[in-house]
Amino acid sequence: MPDSFPEIGDYALLGDCASAALVSREGSVEWLCWPRFDAPSQLAAILDRERGGRFELAPAHWRRVERAYVEGTNVLDTVYETGGAGRVRVRDCMVAAPEMEEGVAWPDHQLLREVTCEGGEVEVRLRCDPHLDYGRREAVWEDRGALGHFCPDRGGVLVLRSEIELRPHPEGGLQGRARLAPGDRRFVSLSYDAEEPATVPVLGEVASDRIERTLAYWRGWSARCEHPGPRRDAVVRSALTLKLLTVAASGALLAAPTTSLPEHLGGVRNWDYRFCWLRDAGFTLRALLGLGYVEEGAAFFSWLLHTTRQTVPELRVLYGSFGGTECDEHRLDHLTGYRGSRPVRVGNAAGDQLQLDTYGTVVATAWDFVRHGGRLDAWQSRLVTQLVHEVCERWDQPDEGIWEIRCDRRRHTYSAAMCAVSLDCALAMGEAGLLRIPAERLRRVRRAIRDSIEARGVDRESGSYVSAFGGHEVDASLLLLALHGYVAPDDPRMVATWERIDRELGEGELMRRYGPGWGDGMPPGEGAFVACGFWAVEYLARLGRVDEANQRFDRLLAHANDVGLLAEEVDPDSGRALGNFPQAFSHLGVINAALALAGPGEAGAPLRPGPDSKTAAEALESVPKMAAESLEAVR
Amino acid sequence: MNPLAASRDVALDPSLVLAGGLLATALLTLVLSLSQGLGWSRISLPYMLGTVFTTRRSRAMIVGFGVHLVLGLVFAAGYGLIFRTIGRGGPGLGALLGALHGLLVLTAGMDLLSAAHPRMASRHHGPTPTRQLEPPGFLARNYGRRTPTITLLAHLAYGAALGWIYGGG
Repeated sequence: MPDSFPEIGDYALLGDCASAALVSREGSVEWLCWPRFDAPSQLAAILDRERGGRFELAPAHWRRVERAYVEGTNVLDTVYETGGAGRVRVRDCMVAAPEMEEGVAWPDHQLLREVTCEGGEVEVRLRCDPHLDYGRREAVWEDRGALGHFCPDRGGVLVLRSEIELRPHPEGGLQGRARLAPGDRRFVSLSYDAEEPATVPVLGEVASDRIERTLAYWRGWSARCEHPGPRRDAVVRSALTLKLLTVAASGALLAAPTTSLPEHLGGVRNWDYRFCWLRDAGFTLRALLGLGYVEEGAAFFSWLLHTTRQTVPELRVLYGSFGGTECDEHRLDHLTGYRGSRPVRVGNAAGDQLQLDTYGTVVATAWDFVRHGGRLDAWQSRLVTQLVHEVCERWDQPDEGIWEIRCDRRRHTYSAAMCAVSLDCALAMGEAGLLRIPAERLRRVRRAIRDSIEARGVDRESGSYVSAFGGHEVDASLLLLALHGYVAPDDPRMVATWERIDRELGEGELMRRYGPGWGDGMPPGEGAFVACGFWAVEYLARLGRVDEANQRFDRLLAHANDVGLLAEEVDPDSGRALGNFPQAFSHLGVINAALALAGPGEAGAPLRPGPDSKTAAEALESVPKMAAESLEAVR
Repeated sequence: MNPLAASRDVALDPSLVLAGGLLATALLTLVLSLSQGLGWSRISLPYMLGTVFTTRRSRAMIVGFGVHLVLGLVFAAGYGLIFRTIGRGGPGLGALLGALHGLLVLTAGMDLLSAAHPRMASRHHGPTPTRQLEPPGFLARNYGRRTPTITLLAHLAYGAALGWIYGGG
């Protein structure tokens, strides 16, 4: 039994678009929250080896392990070589259960594990030891004979069924051992049903059929990816990962499926990322539509506007997966945290911060939606208009900014720039007859914002933009000024900014989000921010330095783990993955960088209308409406 | 005295059966649904009834609610018959009948459902591709330790409501 924490990058993700699990290379599922991503955990050994709970299935002894997702799917194969001819394959998946077929019953959630001996005689070991409610409650299993083992969990029930005989483990949970000969196969299923009588899973051929259906579902989904290259494999893996982080019932995209995996080992930078950040919205829609996932893009846009509708004209930094605004932060002091990184937090206090860039993001996302052929309903137009008015009122306020600093508010250049971008987009949509806005006022405010940025958001000595008005430091969000269309990539001021960012924040292909002197209200020490590295790739591609962008892109992709997943951060010295895992922001970076490199279509096109834009009609025509018909069909 | 029930003879008036049945079934459903929502019990009579006809969860709930409602009305007529035969009603007697009814549901009713339900799995044989629904077990305690109490309370409320409507308070 592994007693030490695996590396964060040693985990692979399983999910069913409502919940997620992380499984280690040792075959141990160490993070699982049912029935929702943000529900209290049943398995959380990733945060506490003793109290967290785990579900292990692997050979008793092995020498070598290799694993990979089955191509084009989120079904994981882990192959163990046990010495001599011994070889065992463990296939793990969360069952994809579309309710389509009469006569086929599905549990609400099912984690299905298939172990097959492919050579030699191998003893496999199973232990299922959930600890409920983030490890605060022991699981009490009831043996119901041929039906399996049942464990009540709040209003629901966990059901464990196994073709390996189970008995109580002296330290808790259930265990079993089986000696397998070549060709032998066993299934183990852990499922969860909420509220109603459970559906008891059938194993054997029925379980095999479930896995085949799950494979077919994912293959069908990934085959819809329209990206021809470059690095199609990495792009498809990123798309599949984003799909796993998408809440099917609402269309929302979570930042990550985990909480409190540290940005600094042993430190306090441990946050709950099981929320949806508005900051990510612009990247998300571009990525989904760019890859041809029009249905998902439309669902996401619908979620975005329905969610923000509750708080408009104010926007929160983050929302719950079903649009809720409750995100009170609590500490779970009974957990050790990953490698002693405490506190473990649930909820996120950043939800109460002010980030003016989110206003720009939502308006710009509406523009992207329209640009790709979507139509705004009357209420959606009104909502966007309200946001635009709010931008006009609040653009000159200090805020916590995109990096959610937990100290004094500042006048962030990026926040101001996104306010200007939102007005660019609003004016273009107004000109196209999609919004009823006071154009003159908007132009006046836009000019004021731009004058303000160009006067106070610039370091006269280096000629670069700076993070905050009156300051001298740069941060990686300034790259987005070019990517969101505030300024042309080849504008001398932007080029000077890039050179400073690369010099001061770059760690080879990796990039820190800000420098040590920046001051974010937290003790120092965090890794390089993976998404920022991909922003650099995208910037270079748009600047025309495509070879350099390609090289960086390849080197960055090498920081993904063995199954292609990226964390939030990477330690530049050790290469170790840090932070919540896997991270949607990082994978969005992969996709958008790849789309930019795929040019000339998407890369060469203006992302936003810009201040000196031609007419809105021209701007709308300037990008291929690849998804227009599909978007219309979705509506 | 409940003004709707001025005399014994109204006990089987169809409109009273309908009104009383609807109200009492709504009350019973409310108690059971609340207990589900609060995580006290997973018993869901509509779901169990609906899965007789279909495995699709959403459809099962809709069909099951229909069957549940019809059964609620049929039982309401039965209660009326009992009140009329005895010659008196009232919430107290109704509650007593409801408790008896609840006990029968928890014992014989659950046994019958386990045996007759085409999709209910068996504890002895385990689930099969066509029979995967978790059986209720003794007093339906498989659906949660509080299930017997909640089911009794729900039926008690059902009977009391009918007793009040039929026989006066």
